[in-house]
Amino acid sequence: MSAQDTSNSNSPSLDAVDEPSNGAESEEFVTAIIDGQLFGIPVLSVQDVLGPQSLANIPLAPPEVAGSLNLRGRVVTAIDLRKRLGMEPADREKSMSIVVDHHGELYSLLIDEVGEVLRVPMLNYERNPPTLDPRWRDISQGIFRLDGRLLVILQVQRLLDIIKLAVAA
Amino acid sequence: MDELLSEFLTETSESLSTLDVELVRLEQEPNAPDLIDNIFRLVHTIKGTCGFLGLPRLEAVAHSAENVLGKVRDHELVVTPVAVSLILKSLDRIKDILAALEATEAEPEGDDSDLIGQLDAMALGQVIPGIDEPAAEPEAKPVERQLKEGEATEEELERAFLETEIEETEIEPIEVAEIAAPVKATPIEAKVEPEPHAEKSGEPSVASQSIRVSVDVLETLMTMVSELVLTRNQLMQMVRGQADSEFKVPLQRLSHVTTELQEGVMKTRMQPIGNAWAKLPRIIRDLGHELDKKIDLQMLGADTELDRQVLEMIKDPLTHMVRNSADHGLETPAERAAAGKTETGKVVLNAYHEGGHIIIQIKDDGRGINVEKLRAKMLSTGMATEAEVGEMTDQQIQMQIFAAGVSTAEKVTSVSGRGVGMDVVRTNIEKIGGTVELASQWGKGSTFTIKIPLTLAIVSALIVESCEDRFAIPQLSVVELVRASKESEHRIEMIKDTPVLRLRNRLLPLVYLGDCLKLANASEHELTEGAEVFVVVSQVGSYTFGIVVDRVFDTEEIVVKPVTPLLRDIAMFSGNTILGDGSVIMILDPNGIAATTSDTKVGERSDDDEHHAQAVSASDTTTMLVFRAGSEEPKAVPLSLVARLEEIEVDTVENANGQNLVQYRGKLMPLVKMDDGCNIRESGRQPILVFADGDHSMGLVVDEIVDIVESRLDIELTASQAGYLGSAVIEGKATNIIDVGHYLSAAFSDWFTSPDEAAFGEDDVRSLLLVDDSPFFRNMLTPLLEVAGYKVTVAANGDEALALREKGVAFDCIVSDIEMPGMNGFELAEQVKSDSRWQETPIVALSSHVNPKDLERGRNVGFSDYVGKFDRDALLSTLSQTLAEKVEVA
Repeated sequence: MSAQDTSNSNSPSLDAVDEPSNGAESEEFVTAIIDGQLFGIPVLSVQDVLGPQSLANIPLAPPEVAGSLNLRGRVVTAIDLRKRLGMEPADREKSMSIVVDHHGELYSLLIDEVGEVLRVPMLNYERNPPTLDPRWRDISQGIFRLDGRLLVILQVQRLLDIIKLAVAA
Repeated sequence: MDELLSEFLTETSESLSTLDVELVRLEQEPNAPDLIDNIFRLVHTIKGTCGFLGLPRLEAVAHSAENVLGKVRDHELVVTPVAVSLILKSLDRIKDILAALEATEAEPEGDDSDLIGQLDAMALGQVIPGIDEPAAEPEAKPVERQLKEGEATEEELERAFLETEIEETEIEPIEVAEIAAPVKATPIEAKVEPEPHAEKSGEPSVASQSIRVSVDVLETLMTMVSELVLTRNQLMQMVRGQADSEFKVPLQRLSHVTTELQEGVMKTRMQPIGNAWAKLPRIIRDLGHELDKKIDLQMLGADTELDRQVLEMIKDPLTHMVRNSADHGLETPAERAAAGKTETGKVVLNAYHEGGHIIIQIKDDGRGINVEKLRAKMLSTGMATEAEVGEMTDQQIQMQIFAAGVSTAEKVTSVSGRGVGMDVVRTNIEKIGGTVELASQWGKGSTFTIKIPLTLAIVSALIVESCEDRFAIPQLSVVELVRASKESEHRIEMIKDTPVLRLRNRLLPLVYLGDCLKLANASEHELTEGAEVFVVVSQVGSYTFGIVVDRVFDTEEIVVKPVTPLLRDIAMFSGNTILGDGSVIMILDPNGIAATTSDTKVGERSDDDEHHAQAVSASDTTTMLVFRAGSEEPKAVPLSLVARLEEIEVDTVENANGQNLVQYRGKLMPLVKMDDGCNIRESGRQPILVFADGDHSMGLVVDEIVDIVESRLDIELTASQAGYLGSAVIEGKATNIIDVGHYLSAAFSDWFTSPDEAAFGEDDVRSLLLVDDSPFFRNMLTPLLEVAGYKVTVAANGDEALALREKGVAFDCIVSDIEMPGMNGFELAEQVKSDSRWQETPIVALSSHVNPKDLERGRNVGFSDYVGKFDRDALLSTLSQTLAEKVEVA
């Protein structure tokens, strides 16, 4: 009468890539600005937007992991997007962050500034230019052409593939 | 519907769906032993449960399927698509029967002999022509009949169910009596469990006292309360800063209410352990009937509460263990009467709290575990070699019943005896951070002691600080705290770059937390005057080490939260938590710290526990002191032989008679140099290893102490050079093991010399046979005896010794240990004296404890003399005397 542990039952992979072109006319993104560049994160995966937080240090963590914080009783892991995108580091204590939910875990993505929520028509969508920095190409899902600026769409899943990155490096 | 039945249905259908997946996987990877084990266990569980519920049809099918899987597990059958389809087919049959069972609450009629025939034929290794043909194998039939005699004729089925029903009514009052108290204490408990099967309407009025709440709701509630507590704490902190706040009083009330709310919600998670026991009386009763045994099951401490998550995990292992105690542990009434016991065997289940843990004991007064039988079993199944078994203590051997594939039952019954189960039990218990221990006495009974944490969610932890970061260390692994500073008696000392602490005459290896977490630059450990650090002494398995931290705060009950998958690879952490002040801190895993910082076998050791066969070697390690002297290559000596490590001022070294001496503890101590040209330094301090024995002590001059490591002392080459025992691989490097005896005799020419040494001349070398099961002892005694002028041959056990006799080797004297596994010293002596070849050879017995009775027995079987194992002077004088006598006789 043992409730055997069935840990090896393969849970179906949830790695569904959120393609924006799922028939909808337009998509909604929370925008963020890092080093002057506009980034977009699908609005549905965003849980929270936070002002500057004090972060608890996590020793031995990959460099992209900035630390952890307490968000209403839940432990949130902070990811330094600047580091992740290979940009110059900024003061983490002053960064704002966008909290996303990924497989039930919360991650806060450190950014310079939170922009508005934008609804952009699919017509303006374009694939990553093949000449894009491979680091960016890896985590960008595509580009939207906006008035006067470009919106780079971030894939949360890829963003968090830090462990793989560390192994590859 | 019968509660047991409904539970069985849920569990079995879960297992079946897992099995479907697993079997398909098995077909793809037929050689995955984990997979086979898992499948086998699932089927075994199904079969076992059917047996207890009186479902003969199901049981018969499952039993035959299990037979086939058992053969697969033992590599007697290979996994073929045919075999997998056949097993799948039997699973389908089981599903059909289950469906009918669910609908009618009775096993449907039907004949499974076709399927069972095929399964049995496959188990016997016969080729099956086509699965769908009703393969009526004539040879297979009798086997099947024997196993499942009279499976499921209609009357029997009927009767089985009638019996079941009767039992139900009989047993009910007892159950109620047993668990009445806990039910009263927490009326909500029974309702917490999700019950997928709708109960029949018309529940007794007691039920209206409580409501059903889904576990999810409770979990959410728990999370909300945690948040509330945190917010409350924040508010409190804010108000604390203000001398006179109007919020003070309302906040006080809020605080009280919050605390009570927290306790209340926590309580909903707690359930009396009696819940997990509710099924047991019936199982034991059925078992008693089936095996014709009289069993008295006593359950104590049923109202001991523990977290429901833990309770769920412990339920099955407990059931299994009680069943085992009743089945394997207790004898039949006849056997009991013959052994002078009461006919009724007793199984006592006892649960109680002990320091943040729940201790559950399962005690039977049955036959106990027969170590000899188990030993033979381990040898015959190839789980361990003879040498390995020989070196295991009885306790270690008893623990082998937790290894997969071991069963002490002589025949495979439908109840147990396939050697599956106890390993599952242990795995399940360990999964929740518990331990299980076994104490058994042959003829008297066995006691299993399970120690599990009260709750998985909340643990007591010590909060420490290192380099201004705080961490939690689970209280469980903390043995003690030591304050260390320059001035106090506890001072951190360095051996090269390795910090150690003297703690009750032992050297405790230390790990700076800041270093191993790469928090600070490692060099900054020199303590300034008045500064202090704390050493958290932790124990991981049998490895004890100290974690050095800057500060120690309090112990706090922390809510364990798993770390994000991004950080799972960091072995140092076992989780993270939010403290009362809202800050997030990491929970340290001493296990991981030990494994990453020490290179010892700690990591492997935990593996070893699973890989039974290697368990022996882990206990066989010796702590070695590695140093350099003269040449570059490392040298080592067992740490236990070193009395102290000292650094002496070179100025204090005196010279007398060509020997270097130093005043040490009020006496003159000679300094001996290693032969490789290791010289005493010109100035400054000179590290030395001090060896002491009674009045004598000697300092061995070394260049540098490198490390203290735990290693197997496997001396691989016997060095021809004097002063070395040989070389061994330590830390991956060939290391010379020095022969302390050599240097001792260099320092004191009389250290080993016995007065009668001159009795035989220099060239007349006497040959000795040393029989001892402990490799360490062999390695230590051999040089000692060689220094004294004997030619030593070693044997690890009596059989090896007698093999030498067969080869025609002759010795002047035999020195034999008494306590040896297998053939002991007395038996060896009898053997030696019974054969003419060695009849004249004197035998000296070695024993760690000498008592008059042993002495007499020893003389009776032919030992010439008896020497305490640790008395080398006595050994040497006895040897020379014995040999002298022999010469006289000759």
